[in-house]
Amino acid sequence: MFTPVMFASILPEILILALGMILLIVEPFWKENQRRNAGWLTAGGLFVIIIVSLLFGQPGEPTAVLGGMIRFDWLGFFFKILFMFAAVATALLLMDHEKAGGRGEAYLLLLASLLGMNLMAVSADLVMLYLSIETASIPLYILAGFLLADDRSTEAGFKYLLFGTLVSTVMLYGFSLIFGFAGTTNIYKLAEMLATGNLSALLAFSVLALILVGLGFKIAIVPFQFWAPDVYEGSPTPVAGFLSTASKAAGFAVIVRLFFVAFPDFAPLWTVILAALSAITMTVGNLLAISQTNVKRLLAYSSIAHAGYALIGVVAFSQLGAASVVFYLAAYIVTNLLAFGVVMAFSRVTGLEELKDYAGMSRRNPWLALLMLAAFLSLTGMPPFGGFVAKIFVFAAGVQAGYVWLVIVGILNSIIGVFYYLNAMKYVYLYRMPNEDEEKHPIPLTRPYAIALAVLVLGVILIGTVFAPWFSWSDAAALNLF
Amino acid sequence: MIPLSWYLILAAGLFSIGLFGVLARRNAVAILLGVELMLNAVNINLVAFWRYGDVAQMAGQVFAIIVFAVAAAEVAVGLALVISVYRRRNTVVAEELDLLKW
Repeated sequence: MFTPVMFASILPEILILALGMILLIVEPFWKENQRRNAGWLTAGGLFVIIIVSLLFGQPGEPTAVLGGMIRFDWLGFFFKILFMFAAVATALLLMDHEKAGGRGEAYLLLLASLLGMNLMAVSADLVMLYLSIETASIPLYILAGFLLADDRSTEAGFKYLLFGTLVSTVMLYGFSLIFGFAGTTNIYKLAEMLATGNLSALLAFSVLALILVGLGFKIAIVPFQFWAPDVYEGSPTPVAGFLSTASKAAGFAVIVRLFFVAFPDFAPLWTVILAALSAITMTVGNLLAISQTNVKRLLAYSSIAHAGYALIGVVAFSQLGAASVVFYLAAYIVTNLLAFGVVMAFSRVTGLEELKDYAGMSRRNPWLALLMLAAFLSLTGMPPFGGFVAKIFVFAAGVQAGYVWLVIVGILNSIIGVFYYLNAMKYVYLYRMPNEDEEKHPIPLTRPYAIALAVLVLGVILIGTVFAPWFSWSDAAALNLF
Repeated sequence: MIPLSWYLILAAGLFSIGLFGVLARRNAVAILLGVELMLNAVNINLVAFWRYGDVAQMAGQVFAIIVFAVAAAEVAVGLALVISVYRRRNTVVAEELDLLKW
């Protein structure tokens, strides 16, 4: 019954679970001041898991395993590696968080959420999909409200939970209707069942709308974006980074698989809906970002806008489109984690998060300022950073599919983006600290930060310059959808 | 035998009542109760579709059982977060939690 393929298909998840168990057993034996080593254990363990998965867990031909619950293919595998990479960076950034870094539970919750995200990327069944979405979300609710002594963190967790449970239930109602109409929960059988059954356009529209509520919340697109700035601002910064990257990418992994595989017959319907949502999301995200004074809120609105750009690839509904989404998310994950990492490194020393507090940062730590410049230029979409190539591919997919107007909206929005990203850099490079000598207020980087930020910036530059291998992997992943 | 549509209408009604509760009530515990009603509506849907469809296929029942389990986990975490907010702020009214806004 239990074949090697089955084992290989969930190898990363088995190892993540084992790592979580080890963490749970070992952590109580450590003394209070050693507890932050749980971060080294998590990051190191996950790094080993990535290597082991790359060596032994590679998929061959796409196969359905574990009773059709899981699809073992390159799309899921590529996303899994991305999520695990994001979790390594998050664990390292979490280590020196003043209040959360020394708590083993934080790393355990991170691993639990990662487990759910990995399964989201490979789920081939609505039951599995719902279960994995909740496995990914519930630990994140706790992590957002992790700082019990902090009013803003508890409020962030509370809001995230209330919105999250509501929308996931609405989505679940959509799943139950699909199950009723199609008579199956298997995503790969849905397409033919829904094609033969005469599902009216109105019903199809309402079911798709119900599902989009839940997934739109996950990827934070307008009109389901209102939670994102509040939650990012209130939750611990590394958690906000994880929410805005891995959690969003997991939502996209589900959208791509579900819509491309299960609803190809309704493509004219959902591409129009998503095209409109994409245009609105980009515009609203960018316009609201302009007026922000808190750097975490700025990044929250920028991440909303980026979900809009990535949606262009989904709207294209082509192989290039899917490949460009995967590539966009890879570039976006490293870039945004770098941005949140810099914010975390800065606020750990200073305790400040407002944009004006960044005045004179380039003199306080030139390297950190340079990393921030790299992250923000990549978010803007400037060569030679990853964000540039990613945008090119997404826009190319849009043009190829005939959505020229959407691409024009995207380009106009990128120009708005330049304004507020460079406005933030203005504080870092051009302004000075008022009445203070910057030399006396350095911002030292601890070792975990140095490692995490160095790896991330290397990723941002590598994706932007040597993009051929990354794109061919994304393309191999996209090929599995058609 | 009662037609399937009756169950679906019941579930849709229950879902709407739950959704109204979530949107209209200000107390966090009442909001969570509304979500529970919505989840129960989903369960009615799932079990009804299973009973009137292919009974040999267990997906509907399994789905319903998994929804119970997830709902329980969600409420446990939800109440814990409500308590953590209550300890800090002495309120569970969603509107009064307004530190974070643009």
